[in-house]
Amino acid sequence: MGSPHAIEFKNISKRFGRKVANNNISFSMERGEILSLLGENGSGKTTLMNMLAGIYYPDEGEIFINGEPVQIRSPKDAYAYNIGMVHQHFKLVDVFTAAENISLGESGKLDRDAIAKRINEIKAKYGFIIDPNKKIYEMSVSEKQTVEIVKVLYRGADVLILDEPTAVLTPQEIEHLFTVLRAMKADGKSIIIITHKLNEVMEISDEVAVLNHGEFTGKVRTCDTNPQKLTEMMVGHKVELSIRRPEPVNPQPRLTVENLTVRNHEGVNKVHHVSFTAYGGEILGIAGIAGSGQKELLEAIAGLQQISIIEGSIMYTPEGKKPSELVGKSPMQIRQSGVALAFVPEDRLGMGLVGSMGMRGNMMLRTWQHGHSLFVNRREPNELAEHIKKELDVSTPDIMYPVRRLSGGNVQKVLVGREIASAPSVLMSAYAVRGLDINTSYTIYNLMTQQKERGVAVIYVGEDLDVLLELCDRILVLCDGHVSGIVDARTADKNEIGILMTSIGGVGAGKEGSTNA
Amino acid sequence: MHNEKQPLFHLTRRDVMPPSKVWMIRAMSFLAAILIGALLFAILGKNPVEAYSTIITGSLAKPSAIRQTVKIAVPLLGTSLALAPCFGMRYWNIGAEGQITAGALAATYFALHFGKTWPHPVILIVMAVAAMLFGGIWAAIPAFFKAKYNTNETLFTLMMNYIIIGIVKWLQGGPWEGKPGSQIIPMFNDNAMLPKVFGVHCGWVIILLLTVFMYFYMTRMKHGFEIAVIGDSVNTARYAGMNVGRIIIRTVFLSGAICGLVGYLVTCGANGTLYDSVAAGVGFTAITVAWLAQLNPFAMIAISFMLAVLSKGAGTLQTRMEVPASVSDILTGVILFAMLASEFFIQYKIIFRGQKNQEPLMNEPSVLAEKAEKTALTEAEAHKTDADGKEARS
Repeated sequence: MGSPHAIEFKNISKRFGRKVANNNISFSMERGEILSLLGENGSGKTTLMNMLAGIYYPDEGEIFINGEPVQIRSPKDAYAYNIGMVHQHFKLVDVFTAAENISLGESGKLDRDAIAKRINEIKAKYGFIIDPNKKIYEMSVSEKQTVEIVKVLYRGADVLILDEPTAVLTPQEIEHLFTVLRAMKADGKSIIIITHKLNEVMEISDEVAVLNHGEFTGKVRTCDTNPQKLTEMMVGHKVELSIRRPEPVNPQPRLTVENLTVRNHEGVNKVHHVSFTAYGGEILGIAGIAGSGQKELLEAIAGLQQISIIEGSIMYTPEGKKPSELVGKSPMQIRQSGVALAFVPEDRLGMGLVGSMGMRGNMMLRTWQHGHSLFVNRREPNELAEHIKKELDVSTPDIMYPVRRLSGGNVQKVLVGREIASAPSVLMSAYAVRGLDINTSYTIYNLMTQQKERGVAVIYVGEDLDVLLELCDRILVLCDGHVSGIVDARTADKNEIGILMTSIGGVGAGKEGSTNA
Repeated sequence: MHNEKQPLFHLTRRDVMPPSKVWMIRAMSFLAAILIGALLFAILGKNPVEAYSTIITGSLAKPSAIRQTVKIAVPLLGTSLALAPCFGMRYWNIGAEGQITAGALAATYFALHFGKTWPHPVILIVMAVAAMLFGGIWAAIPAFFKAKYNTNETLFTLMMNYIIIGIVKWLQGGPWEGKPGSQIIPMFNDNAMLPKVFGVHCGWVIILLLTVFMYFYMTRMKHGFEIAVIGDSVNTARYAGMNVGRIIIRTVFLSGAICGLVGYLVTCGANGTLYDSVAAGVGFTAITVAWLAQLNPFAMIAISFMLAVLSKGAGTLQTRMEVPASVSDILTGVILFAMLASEFFIQYKIIFRGQKNQEPLMNEPSVLAEKAEKTALTEAEAHKTDADGKEARS
């Protein structure tokens, strides 16, 4: 062994209460390499990196930097050791420019010229595309991320930690990010990427370290492994990585959206003249960069947007009955008029569920108003909760245990379970597998497909294009609130969708797509 | 440049504690508050044991003292109950003071004008209904604007207090003044006064019944469920098809109506007349009670009684030991402070340098709480990063 390891973890442990987040983790990485830290949600990846970045302090164990034992007690210490972390949720001041955010925290006089010069140096060196004078609130997610990375480099970091950097980017943006990362690597920087996307791991990294339930399961050279093997290391057992997709049987129009426009409170259009039809017995995927109007579209259908800001028409056609208009109805009116609409919103605990209540209370959300009594009926929700707990294998001490304390996967099982139990004829879901482990994700895909086979019109808003292409029958692509295209998921490819995601110019294709099935 | 020492201590989040241990911690902090109070007496040059025993005997030793104590506890408990549904909804009604006054005002109108002529039960019932209606309406005004225009209810309800108290001041010196120049509204006729049960006006029976009602209202009834959902997340409530605005107005009306009832009990049970400080700070102290009781109606009984004991006992303390009666306010403050601090120790655990984090490990490799952990810490960590970034540069 010649030069010392850039970073070495030795017997690191961290506990939260009785929960072990990291147990006795030891591994190292070298300078000028890209390491992927792979693991499912809750496997302790972020906790481990937070200890390197000075946000947590390890209960046990030591960290070595360039062979020296160090104590990182705060982010300030981490910077002193040239370690910088780009968090999953950006920490930028919206009303400041990129340059102001990058230099934020520097003491002394604000020398704009000197700052601009250094930023330009960093830009040129690694090939960043960034306008230092643009305000953060005017930026796209990918631009914000660039600011965060430049900020870390500006502070002199040699070790960069990126927490799920690709989760919010389009395929083209990911490509560019990887180009930049390779340039940084060539410059001798050490980069750690926290991720759970296997194809990206294979593409970008030199080495992969895998965590499973807080335990270190191993480190391998990327060239010596493959996605199947990595999954097994991550999950601890063999997993079948394919999604069943039966052909739609007798698809009938169930939900016809026409010329729908939704404004936000400032009067800005979030959804522009969107038209499409969802058929019973098929899964309609919705792709798009985060914030392209997915949320507003689904909420408008569910009756959750204020009537005054919606234009257009949403017709619901039950099997063998006459269509009825949903625009202008409150969620309660929609339900009472017999529309069997189930909705799994993006914000599970903030909209779909009551975090402080147990499974029983959350079942009541659908039934609490039943009956004429002043008192709530607790028997039926009780039975339903017990049923879902058993059927979907929800891991909870009992049905009164606050759902907020359950893991993301179990929270989602409660929510999806309740919505499916209402025997819907339209099922809408937004980011249904976000933050879930592989097993639960496949459970959810499977539930969606089962509903499709029951003849339900399933609308699936997703972010992982690979999954959308495997799971859905058709994919509607949104760009900035416009439909930029509706493609056949069996024949489309990722790049095609990626281009549609960023081109409002695809409007022509959108009109065409909305008229054919 | 860095000393290589470990930090002196760091915090970790605890797992869910068993309730027995939680109550243990709360009891300990109550004890700590009492000890701090003892220190206070010692500084004043009084014997703490004697002082505490004076408080107890002064408030509980004689039947007449107990009656006085109960009289103090009744409005406090009633108002805490009134605040429970508001706070359960995360609607910060700090206008109970004004709603009590509004109720008292409405009751007084009937007492002054029809107190002598109408039959005893009729006048009492009419007064009660009027007090509840007016208290409810007074509370519902800010609630309406909250529901309609999302105004800030904290400021709005607070301002409403000053308006109604101003109106009572005007009535005192104007239309309802008794002897000209006295600035006093005349005493009610006995016909308009509440009957007594065991020597105390019957309000305590009403309030105890209300406690039971409020418990079932909050935990078993549809209204209570709606309140709990809104308190957790307004978006979830809308998602579940609830008409959030209507529920807010309805719940706050109920809250104001109970405050109005308290105002009624205070005027025609205890005071026998109306004056501007009829609520006497109860509307604010009740916030403390409701909070300490974690909105549990039965816990409110114990806490409001305890505060009444302190308040009555402090009065005795003043006459017997020449300690200012405001010492009861200080004690109340210290207790509240200790109770809030105890919540921190229920949530977190401090690990000192060299000490191991040794809570028993769970058998299952549960990594459940990490997500919650992350969100809870994101905020703190954001501040930390920024603040530390600043220091790092200097």
